[in-house]
Amino acid sequence: MNRTQKLAAAVLVVVALASVAAGLLAPAYSQQFRDSISSPPSARFPLGTDELGRDRLARLLYGTRVSLALAPAAALLSTLLAALIGATAGYAGGRWERAVTAGLDLFLSLPWLFLLLAVRALLPLNTSPAASVAITFLLLGCLGWASAARIIRAGTRTLANSDFLLQARAAGTPPARLIWRHLLPNLRPMLAAQFWLSIPVFILSEANLGLLGLGISEPLPSWGSLLRELENYSAVLRNPWMLAPVVLLVVVVSSLQLLLRTEDREPC
Amino acid sequence: MLLARLLRQARRFALVLLVGGLLGATLVRLGPGFGVDERELDTRLSPETRQAIRAEHAGQNNIAIFYVRYLAGLAHGDFGFSRSLNRPIAQLLRERLPVSLRSLAYGVLGGTALGLGLALFTVGWRMPGAELAPAVLSGLCLAIPSAVIALVFLWIGAAGRWAIALIVFPHVYRYSKNVLSAMRQAPHVPAAEARGLSPARVFWAHVFTPAAPQLAAVVGIAVSLAFGASIPIEVICDTPGIGQLAWRAALDRDLPLLIILTMLVALLTLAANSLADLALSGWGVARDSASA
Repeated sequence: MNRTQKLAAAVLVVVALASVAAGLLAPAYSQQFRDSISSPPSARFPLGTDELGRDRLARLLYGTRVSLALAPAAALLSTLLAALIGATAGYAGGRWERAVTAGLDLFLSLPWLFLLLAVRALLPLNTSPAASVAITFLLLGCLGWASAARIIRAGTRTLANSDFLLQARAAGTPPARLIWRHLLPNLRPMLAAQFWLSIPVFILSEANLGLLGLGISEPLPSWGSLLRELENYSAVLRNPWMLAPVVLLVVVVSSLQLLLRTEDREPC
Repeated sequence: MLLARLLRQARRFALVLLVGGLLGATLVRLGPGFGVDERELDTRLSPETRQAIRAEHAGQNNIAIFYVRYLAGLAHGDFGFSRSLNRPIAQLLRERLPVSLRSLAYGVLGGTALGLGLALFTVGWRMPGAELAPAVLSGLCLAIPSAVIALVFLWIGAAGRWAIALIVFPHVYRYSKNVLSAMRQAPHVPAAEARGLSPARVFWAHVFTPAAPQLAAVVGIAVSLAFGASIPIEVICDTPGIGQLAWRAALDRDLPLLIILTMLVALLTLAANSLADLALSGWGVARDSASA
C-alpha cells in the first residue's frame, strides 16, 4: 500500500466512523427545526437546514451511513451469486458451463440501467423507507453479479485443470471437500477483488437511482436522495454548501478507486 | 471465417430476441395491472359491454397463446401499446429514437476521441507527469454519478450529448491506455527501437497497429455506456429521447414499454459490438492477404 492509498484508507475510515457516530454528532435526520427553515451554515447547523428545516449535516451523516451500508451489502450479495453461478459452471464444465456462459453473455448484453429500471418498475414504488432500502439493495445485488460471475467462472476453470486439484481428485477426495478445501480458498482473492470493485459501482448506481426518484424513499436520507436537492440550480448558487453530498460522494468513490487501484497493465 | 462470425452474430441476435422476448412477456404478465381494463370500472357500461371487454382479454389468460401472440406481434413490428402515454409504442420509438441516436453518436464519438486521444498522448509521449492530468480527470469523471454530470451541464447550459461524452471518456481512456501500455512493453518494441526506427514509426507500426483490434472493441463498451448514461442525462436535460421515455415508463410502471426499450437497447448494443467485430475480422483478412 503506497502513501496515497494509505491516505484514501484513512479518509474512508474517518467517513465511516462519522456516519456510525451520526447520532452523537448531529440531531435525528427527520427532526424539523421550524424556526430555522433554509438557514445558512451556523454553529448550530454546520451545513445549514433544508426547506423543511432539517439539519443538512445530520441528513448527510445518516445518508452516508445508509449508502455505505447498502453498497457493501449489495456487493456481498452479488459476489455470492457470482461465486455460486460462476464457480459451479467452471467446476462442472461441459453443457452446464456452456449454458451458463450463454446466459451470462445474454445478461451482459442487456443495458444495466435499463434493466434496473425495468425490474424496479415491477416492484412497488410507493413503499416505506425500510422497504425501499431493501428493494434497492436486493435489486443492485441481484442484477450486478454477471460480470463477476464470468471472471470467477474463468478462474475456476483454470483451477479445475490445475495439477494440485488433479492430484486431489486422483487421491479420491470427495467433490464437496475438493470445493471446500481446495477450490474456495484459492478463489478467495478473486472473490474479494470482485466484492471491493462492486462497491463504488453500487454507490454510483444508488446515487443515480435516487436522483431519478427511484431510490430510497423519504424521509430516510441516502446520497441519491440528498442529490435531488441539486435540481434547484438557483438554490445551489445561493447556498453552495448544498454541494456537500456531491463532494463527499466523490471523495469516497475516489478513495475507494485509489485503494483498489493496482499497477496492472492488463486491459480492464 | 468471416461467414462463420456472421452466423455467430446472427445466432446471438436471434437468441437475444427470443429469450428477451420471452422474459419481457413474462415481466409484462407479472406486472401490475396485467389483464385489468379500467373500462370495466365504468358503471355506465352494460353487463354485455363488460363481458365483451373481458372477452377482448380472454386470449391473455392462456399462457401459451399469450407468448405466441406477443412474439408474433414483435416479429411483425407490433410492439404493443403504452398505457401510460396512451399511444402505440412503435409511434413513440419513431419519434424518440432518432433524438437519442443523434445524442449517442455525438457522445460516443466525442468520448472515444477524447479517451483514445489522451491514451495515445500519455503512452506515445513518454514524458514524466504526462499521465497525471488525464488520470485525475478520468478518475474524477468516474467518481461522479452521471446524473450529477448532467446537472452540471444543465447549469452551464451545455448540450446533454457532451455529458454523454464525458461519461464515456474515462472508460475508453483507461481501457485504451492499458492496451497500448501492454503493447508498448512487448519485446518487439525495443527491438524495433534498437534498429534505429524513428519513435513515431515505432509507435505507429509496432504499438498502435497491433493494438488496433483490441482498441476497436472499445466501441462496444462506449455504446453500452452511452445508452446507460442516456437515462439520467435525458431526464435531467429534458431531452425527448428513449432514455427519458424509459424513466417515465418506470415511474408509471408501464412495463410493456420498458421491456421493448430494454430489448431495443440490447439489440443496438449487440449490433454495435457485432459491427466492430466484423469490421475487425474483415480488416484482419485484408491485412493477411496483403502481407501474403
